[in-house]
Amino acid sequence: MSDSTHTGPMLAADGTPLKRSLRRALRAQKMRALALIAPLLIFVLLTFIAPIVDMLFRSVENQIVGNTLPMTVEELRDWDATEVPDEQVFRALFFDLFLAAEAKEHTKLGSRLNYEKSGISSLFRTSGRDMNDIGEVFQDALEEIDPAFEEASTWVEMMSGGARAEPNARLMSNQIARLEALEATTFSGDAEFLPGAAISDILPNTARAYAAFAAFTQFVDGKSVTKEEPWEAVYAALALDLEDPATKTAIASYAGPGADNLRQAAAATLPPIAMRDAFFESNKDWANVTFWETIKTYSPPYTTGYFLNAVDMEKTPQGIALRSEDERIYGILFQRTMFMSLMITFSCVALGYPVAWILANLPTRTANLLMILVLLPFWTSLLVRTSAWKVMLQQQGVINDVLVWLGLVADESRLVMINNQFGTIVAMTHILLPFMILPMYSVMQTIPPSYLRAAKSLGANNWTAFWRVYFPQSVPGIGAGSILVFILAIGYYITPEIVGGTTGTFISNRIAYHISSSLNWGLAAALGTILLAVVLILYWAYDKIVGIDNVKLG
Amino acid sequence: MADTGNNDAFVAFERVQKSYDGETLVVKDLNLTLPKGEFLTMLGPSGSGKTTCLMMLAGFETATHGEIKLDGVSINNIPPHKRGIGMVFQNYALFPHMTIAENLSFPLEVRKIGKSDREAKVKRALEMVEMGAFGGRRPSQLSGGQQQRVALARALVFEPELVLMDEPLGALDKQLREKMQFEITHLAHNLGITTVYVTHDQTEALTMSDRVAVFNDGRIQQIAPPDELYESPKNSFVAQFIGENNTLEGRVKEIKNGIAVVQLDNGDLIDAKPVNVEKPGDRTLISIRPERVEFNRDRLKPDAHTLKAEVLEFIYMGDIFRTRLRVAGSDEFIIKTRNAPDQRRLQPGEQIEIGWLPEDCRALDAPQV
Repeated sequence: MSDSTHTGPMLAADGTPLKRSLRRALRAQKMRALALIAPLLIFVLLTFIAPIVDMLFRSVENQIVGNTLPMTVEELRDWDATEVPDEQVFRALFFDLFLAAEAKEHTKLGSRLNYEKSGISSLFRTSGRDMNDIGEVFQDALEEIDPAFEEASTWVEMMSGGARAEPNARLMSNQIARLEALEATTFSGDAEFLPGAAISDILPNTARAYAAFAAFTQFVDGKSVTKEEPWEAVYAALALDLEDPATKTAIASYAGPGADNLRQAAAATLPPIAMRDAFFESNKDWANVTFWETIKTYSPPYTTGYFLNAVDMEKTPQGIALRSEDERIYGILFQRTMFMSLMITFSCVALGYPVAWILANLPTRTANLLMILVLLPFWTSLLVRTSAWKVMLQQQGVINDVLVWLGLVADESRLVMINNQFGTIVAMTHILLPFMILPMYSVMQTIPPSYLRAAKSLGANNWTAFWRVYFPQSVPGIGAGSILVFILAIGYYITPEIVGGTTGTFISNRIAYHISSSLNWGLAAALGTILLAVVLILYWAYDKIVGIDNVKLG
Repeated sequence: MADTGNNDAFVAFERVQKSYDGETLVVKDLNLTLPKGEFLTMLGPSGSGKTTCLMMLAGFETATHGEIKLDGVSINNIPPHKRGIGMVFQNYALFPHMTIAENLSFPLEVRKIGKSDREAKVKRALEMVEMGAFGGRRPSQLSGGQQQRVALARALVFEPELVLMDEPLGALDKQLREKMQFEITHLAHNLGITTVYVTHDQTEALTMSDRVAVFNDGRIQQIAPPDELYESPKNSFVAQFIGENNTLEGRVKEIKNGIAVVQLDNGDLIDAKPVNVEKPGDRTLISIRPERVEFNRDRLKPDAHTLKAEVLEFIYMGDIFRTRLRVAGSDEFIIKTRNAPDQRRLQPGEQIEIGWLPEDCRALDAPQV
């Protein structure tokens, strides 16, 4: 009868554990609740959580270097960064950059690395154009030796090793995957061309270059590889393969398609391969070791570079260091953003508290009427309100005119109140004031007047009664309003943009600049992430000091 | 009302009027004096002006006209915090952000009393209301009755000579309320504090007070000790407001030997004590307490007038029986009888005769129509 004698889990009347039957009973209720919030939940996930996660990811993501110059990055791994890399690295760079130039991705890499080292952008841009010229030397030489190398069909047959040859599918899929990474897309469908396994062994560079060419022709250009003459890079790769005496020996005993052409090419003298010099000729900056340092530093797929940049630091071969003084801007901007947001919050408290107090102590009807006045700014466009402050505060503006007219300010020394911090603080205090008044008002409304009366009856004068009894109870409202205003202020963009000038801009203006003008999204993401972290830390600190359950919106 | 001229009055209202809107008077010409140590209750329906009077005394409302004196000094222009009057509020108004001890310490702190003194007084005050163990708690952690005790202790901790209480027991359940009534009265008497207590609960007023001032329509209708108020209401409002009461309307037939013979509207005659009727022919409302109605003919005087009555309903209420009768055209005539072994239980439908001692029945002014 009674469950109290039962030592195990409590059982329901039908013998199932009580917890389980409770869960079952509540399940329908929970599902219904979930269904009700599902639209909002999905909306928030898609439009808020997902972009934030993406932003966090962008601030460390750096796959572009590895995707664009995979072989160069590989070669650079053991480079000691003391002098300009050797020929091996430049050869890898040639093939990487050739493909990137064909895919027109080299300029993106240039702009990416230019964030870290200015000048790299033009280096990649100009050299990208020269890749064909460098390769053409070998194409001309090979075609002179054997005109069959001009034919697309010669190449297809030679590289596939004939109809019944064993294919090297892995080489092809690697090249397709590389191209996918480079183009940041995925290709569907089977490869039209597969390199032969035997020929890939004999001519590894040629096979790789041709596979890259074939993949590009088929998937990016949408053309048939059988009809297209290979890139200059393929000829250069062949020349590179033929440089090796072992290859020549292997060719001598090779019997697959195009063996004769290859033997002919192997017998002839090809132009020397000097990629290093060719690059120096293309752009002398390739001989500048600092550019190579930058490439090596930013070669890993994830980087702290954006974050370091966002806190005025940089990576150097010697490790992480502060930027030189004239290049530091974000520290100042963060400090300024914090300082001005605090100023705005304090001004809002100072101006809003008495208003909220009066509203809370007036009869409801009057309070509602006055509340409309408080909310009135919400009905006006933000741009209009901000622009109105421009009219008010500028040197030929209303306030200066009045001050001059009153004789308080000389005509030639009109006050500068706009396009600086003062203007931003004034305009933003005005705009954010309702967000302070509303929570304070709703909290104050819940404080019965009898507390003040009680305090006075106990002997407290007006000030003591207010300060010891009323004010502590209104702190939750101040807290809620302050958090609201501060967080809105710290990320505010439009008002500082319009009235901030150069000294009154916020970090958000810089983020917007990197998003829309400099297109350095990684840095924008890092700055945004730091901003988010600062807000969260302050929120946490507020919770520790004041307690978040002390925040009430009413 | 007549109660002025007392020179050693501790609290005095002199011709006090109060208006909020400049058109109607909430308090009309209030005259009231309290000697030191008295427990006075202001009783009345909502809107009768009793709370306004209390607020004027506390200093939260200003009198529109007249003077309020405390210990012979006019306090009209003294702000509330300098009046030194303890007050217990309807919702207790314990400061939620302070602990109980801090709440009690507050009036001592603003009086700049030293720390050790403060702690001793707080401890004593809490022990006085049997809340000694609760000093560290927050008001929200206490039950209603405990909060009530703390509010009381806080109003007393700075040893005021006058304590005001504004319906302090309104939020408590019946049992607790009765217990607290008892405790408050004892405390007030033991400490010798002058108390002004506002309530709309007449039982509370009767059980607690030395004197009760019945308010209606901005005036004191009667101010008297509880027994006098109950047994000798001065007018029909007081009679109807205090306790349960049977009323019958009629006209005075004659007044002789201090007994008025009243002819009820159905023609029946009955004896009553004339209170504020003057001459034969006056309209009157006679008032008789349910427990003073007698239906045993033997217990009435031989020549007493009686009325015919029909029993409509018999209700067993434990300690008493409550019987509803139809008397002189009224279906709402109630009699109460004690539950005793020999007590007769009336049956519905029974025809009986009822009567009373003339001094128990009061012929009052007829209600204004």
